[in-house]
Amino acid sequence: MSFLPYVIAAWLLLVGLYGVVSSTNLIRTVLSLTIVQSSTYLVLLGVGYRTGGKAPIVADIPTSSKLVDPVVQVLVLTDVVIEATVTALLLALVVQAHKRFGSIRPADLRALRD
Amino acid sequence: MSRRARLAMFAIAGPGLAVVMLIGMHGMPAFGHYHGVYGLLIDKIEVPERHATDLVTALNFDIRAFDTLGEEFILFASVAGVALLLRKLRHEREARRRRGIEDHSFAGASAGLQVASLYLIPLLIALGCYIVVHGALTPGGGFQGGIVLAAGPLAILLAGRYFAMKRLAPEWMLEASEAIGAAGYALIGVAGLIIAGVYLKNFLPLGTPAMLLSAGMMPINSVAVGLEVTGAFLVVWTEFLDQELFVERDGGDRA
Repeated sequence: MSFLPYVIAAWLLLVGLYGVVSSTNLIRTVLSLTIVQSSTYLVLLGVGYRTGGKAPIVADIPTSSKLVDPVVQVLVLTDVVIEATVTALLLALVVQAHKRFGSIRPADLRALRD
Repeated sequence: MSRRARLAMFAIAGPGLAVVMLIGMHGMPAFGHYHGVYGLLIDKIEVPERHATDLVTALNFDIRAFDTLGEEFILFASVAGVALLLRKLRHEREARRRRGIEDHSFAGASAGLQVASLYLIPLLIALGCYIVVHGALTPGGGFQGGIVLAAGPLAILLAGRYFAMKRLAPEWMLEASEAIGAAGYALIGVAGLIIAGVYLKNFLPLGTPAMLLSAGMMPINSVAVGLEVTGAFLVVWTEFLDQELFVERDGGDRA
């Protein structure tokens, strides 16, 4: 089925969003967000794939080989790096939320009043 | 909004989004039937014009080098954000040395794991350097190699010696490595502006494809990014670990 990668990406997006919506734990919320983001990898790599295409590294294959699109792979590389650091930033926020409210349940986080 | 209300909204919005996405996919080219022209052009002209055998690195550090500059500074800004969020707060103090930390070992870490981690350190650092400098030839580059390099000092923690890790990679060194990497990349761009007339344009000889010193400025950019990524990730990890191991509160629940 030629649309399967896109369908799986859509499924990952929805599952991740469901995780964010239903979460009762902020760490789970952050992890769900990374699942949402992983759907973008699948879309990007799926868009750039050519049937029978090889990885765009021509170190040991002829330069005239049929290759997949390297541009989307660069975008995924960017995506992965940004995801890692933004996840760290969000987890730092969770650490501070736990210090302030003594809990990482979203329901326990009230407005910023003391 | 209560959890129940959120779930109720998602019960409507989720399927709606699924339908919209399915309709959208209907107009996409089928999987494997690539329709872009940019990628095909890169596949054709990259080796003759840039002399790098790894097309992904060639895009990252030359053809789309400006994009990578932006990515680098997103990385830089988020790490600065982590450091800022995990700073010492008003009612906190840092215990200089708590008993048991020098021999801090993870619950269940066996002597075998500790010894194996020590052997891993030089291997990880050597592999990281290899991946960074061979970015233009084989899969790899500054981002990938930087993570492997950062894992080297982290193995000292696995071996149960967090203080030894902090001595080997003190915070000022990590921050300097991150800053030099980020500034170095931007300055290489300025050199391109001065010598070749365009910001981040290659100004070095391209050399023979598949040789270590080839592809112009790509290896240098790769090393700059490698330095930044190594520093950035070690800063993040030490910030989190310090938080757990050293920060104490003066009492009371609220920080």
